[in-house]
Amino acid sequence: MKNQSGFRQVFRQILPVLGLVLFYSCGNNGGESSNAGALAGDAASQVYVAPGKYDEFYAFMSGGFSGQVSVYGLPSGRLLKIVPVFSVDAEKGYGFNEETKPMLNTSHGFVPWDDAHHPELSQTAGSTDGRWLFINGNNTPRVARIDLTTFETAEIIEIPNSGGNHSSPFTTENTEYVVAGTRFGIPYPQRDVAINSYAENFKGMLTFIKVGPEGSMEIAFQVLLPAFDYDLAHSGKGKSHGWTFFTTYNTEQKNTLLEVEASQNDKDYIAAINWKKAEEYIQQGKFKEIPSRYVHNVYNDKTHTGTSTMLEKVKVLIPSECPGLVYFLPTPKSPHGVDVDPTGEYIVGNGKLSADLTVHSFSKMLKAIENQAFDTEVAGIPVLKFEEVVGGVVKEPGLGPLHTEFDAKGNAYTTFFISSEIVKWKVGTWEVLDRTPCYYSVGHLMIPGGDSRNPQGKYMVALNKITKDRYLPTGPELCHAAQLYDISGDKIKLLLDFPTVGEPHYAQGISADRVQSHSKKFFPIEENQHPYRTLGEKNTRVEREGNIVHVYMTTIRSHFAPDNIEGVKVGDKVFFHVTNLEQDWDVPHGFAVLGADNAELLIMPGQTETFAWEPRVEGVFPFYCTDFCSALHQEMQGYIRVSGRDATVALKWGLGDEEKVQ
Amino acid sequence: MFTLFCTGWNRKRPYPVQNDNPKSMKRLPGLLMLIASGALLTLFLFPIWRITLIAPQYPDGVNMYIWINKIGGDGPGVLQNVNILNHYVGMKFIEPDSIPELKYFPAIILIMGGLALLTALLNKSWVYFSWGILMTVLAIAGIYDFYLWEYDYGHNLSPQAPIKIPGASFQPPLLGTRHILNFIAESFPHWGGYLAGFAIFLSFTAWWIRSKLNKNEKKHNDRVDAPVGSRLHTLV
Repeated sequence: MKNQSGFRQVFRQILPVLGLVLFYSCGNNGGESSNAGALAGDAASQVYVAPGKYDEFYAFMSGGFSGQVSVYGLPSGRLLKIVPVFSVDAEKGYGFNEETKPMLNTSHGFVPWDDAHHPELSQTAGSTDGRWLFINGNNTPRVARIDLTTFETAEIIEIPNSGGNHSSPFTTENTEYVVAGTRFGIPYPQRDVAINSYAENFKGMLTFIKVGPEGSMEIAFQVLLPAFDYDLAHSGKGKSHGWTFFTTYNTEQKNTLLEVEASQNDKDYIAAINWKKAEEYIQQGKFKEIPSRYVHNVYNDKTHTGTSTMLEKVKVLIPSECPGLVYFLPTPKSPHGVDVDPTGEYIVGNGKLSADLTVHSFSKMLKAIENQAFDTEVAGIPVLKFEEVVGGVVKEPGLGPLHTEFDAKGNAYTTFFISSEIVKWKVGTWEVLDRTPCYYSVGHLMIPGGDSRNPQGKYMVALNKITKDRYLPTGPELCHAAQLYDISGDKIKLLLDFPTVGEPHYAQGISADRVQSHSKKFFPIEENQHPYRTLGEKNTRVEREGNIVHVYMTTIRSHFAPDNIEGVKVGDKVFFHVTNLEQDWDVPHGFAVLGADNAELLIMPGQTETFAWEPRVEGVFPFYCTDFCSALHQEMQGYIRVSGRDATVALKWGLGDEEKVQ
Repeated sequence: MFTLFCTGWNRKRPYPVQNDNPKSMKRLPGLLMLIASGALLTLFLFPIWRITLIAPQYPDGVNMYIWINKIGGDGPGVLQNVNILNHYVGMKFIEPDSIPELKYFPAIILIMGGLALLTALLNKSWVYFSWGILMTVLAIAGIYDFYLWEYDYGHNLSPQAPIKIPGASFQPPLLGTRHILNFIAESFPHWGGYLAGFAIFLSFTAWWIRSKLNKNEKKHNDRVDAPVGSRLHTLV
């Protein structure tokens, strides 16, 4: 009793002080104390990864409008690598050297930029398996595959009949397919028509890309749908494996002032595609083969070269001719993300303009289909009765829900863009358990494995759209911001704030052990199949074919062979085929020539890369190694002499005392 | 084998002495030489020696292995990497093709392996002893030869070396650990080396057993020939 009254007394004394503190912090909005958010005292030790130690997770963040993927370690938030995918990258020579130029080829020619939104890890039996990372190119519709042994772009396939590849590349649980839904309706077939003939002439195409056992992508089929905007997607898992869900907005099918016009319907749809049914229809030949030009670019790790192939047709399924293929689930209101919980039962429609969060039930959906509980039909596609498919509603959780991910304990975490927070709620009971502010205006969130059947939990990353005052200012343009939270306890705990490259639109996380041990250290030189490889210094040479000059060059610490070249003329086109003979981890060599309208080469050990150069003026031009390779790196340099068009200087090359003449 | 020792050899035998050594004991030296031959031939399966270079920027260490017939590393690129390191200080490139020992050492080992089998057939203690001595001499000569190569690589430096350190040598240790510039160099026998050493040990064991057997047989013969009195005397 005495103790209790003593406690009360202390509490009474503390209370006014506590009130004062609260008052002070509320009145100090934007000041430092509020910016620290709910930072717990021991947060620093939780994100501290001691020098020489490794992070527990890899995080793959899309670069958004940078067109690349950045790789971070979690929980430290340290940047590990930027993988060039859809945009040229002068640092690595990607899209500049002859080998990677084909990777950026499209049916519109060489497209050196794209907007990369959603990274997606490959899965086996519903778990991320660390083999590949897929990512969509939004602007000129493409899907890329990154090989996680090399962390390089291995393949890019263009998506025909698509106006903007946003609802992509979300995988099925064994990576049978990755998908690609068009965000913008476009004329089908693409042609010259009046824009205001939208409802009549425009269509929306959903694409299923088959992924082979070695990762190779192939467009299996497309599904022709009304010209809604297909926003996001996720595939079913467990019991709902075999289905893929796409959200839609602009079911109004408007083509101007969409911010108003496309926000009128109370409910838009989630399109549920039964892809196993689609496979049956393909088998039965119930598809139309449609001429469509699109390219398929593949990078080969043996030839160290990308090849680009133009493909000419795709198989298209028309839902009105394929009953059971597509159903529409009415969902309030302009749903953005569509997220399937780890059991596969619940399909969260994050209605971004809705006050509530609608969750559909997969088993109710199957029942509604069986009972033909249809409201109406749109373009031959049954619209299921809303009340027959809703599994639950999270009541007024926040403003502007965008995306939901899951932990392994039956909880869901939804981002709210407008109220700038993440809300934790219980799947099944729909009760809100916790909420945490984000800095600011969170878009996607990421929990490692959080969109798979087996979430790895522990951490959650908020990917924010607005940065403002989070870091030291850097002029008008700021990095985007990410926050790392600990979600292992009942309460969400803010741990770390870190800037990110480009627009980290979405991210994927995976425990390091699923990737780390497969990471390549270098390319075995004996496996080098590059057509212009030079295996050993004794094979270095210079050859002329008309005005084309091929330099077969090697690098090894710390010299080029040859490092003196003469006999090149103005008007020649010189190809430096540089083979890095090194066979040790982390010994790339770089290559650059004065005045070249190109980027550098950055050649990994065992690799061959080609640098094209068209000298325009006479003179002697230095070239050098651009990657600090060794104690004698500064000495790793050479000269190429350029003579006049009509000069008679013989082709000559050498290294040290050895000199050769063609 | 240990059991053989216990039951057949070390056990105190009751009088009267058996008229002969047990059959298994007689076979033992030959058997040991069979094993010695096998152990020696493992030189074609395992490296003799390992040199490891350790520096902070080589977290896994650079492991170089000396085999009876080749010089290699953990991966195909290791020798090249060692050569790249060595060239800064003007050491010669290690080119296995230019080391003649790697050609004729294998032949010597094959011959010695064959001779070990022959000793087993002859089953004479002096033969075992001779093989052991010959093999020991060869091993010492081999290690000395290894030392000479190490000395040559470490001291015979190119006058054009980019990095020159007056008075320094870069010879790795023959056995043990040594600091060489930014590296710690470790040099120790590897499986092949240990097994070859074991083969020598076995040959001397065979010699020892064979001589003991000889002595026993001689004693036995003496006893058989000796008068009763002296036999009684041995009892006391």
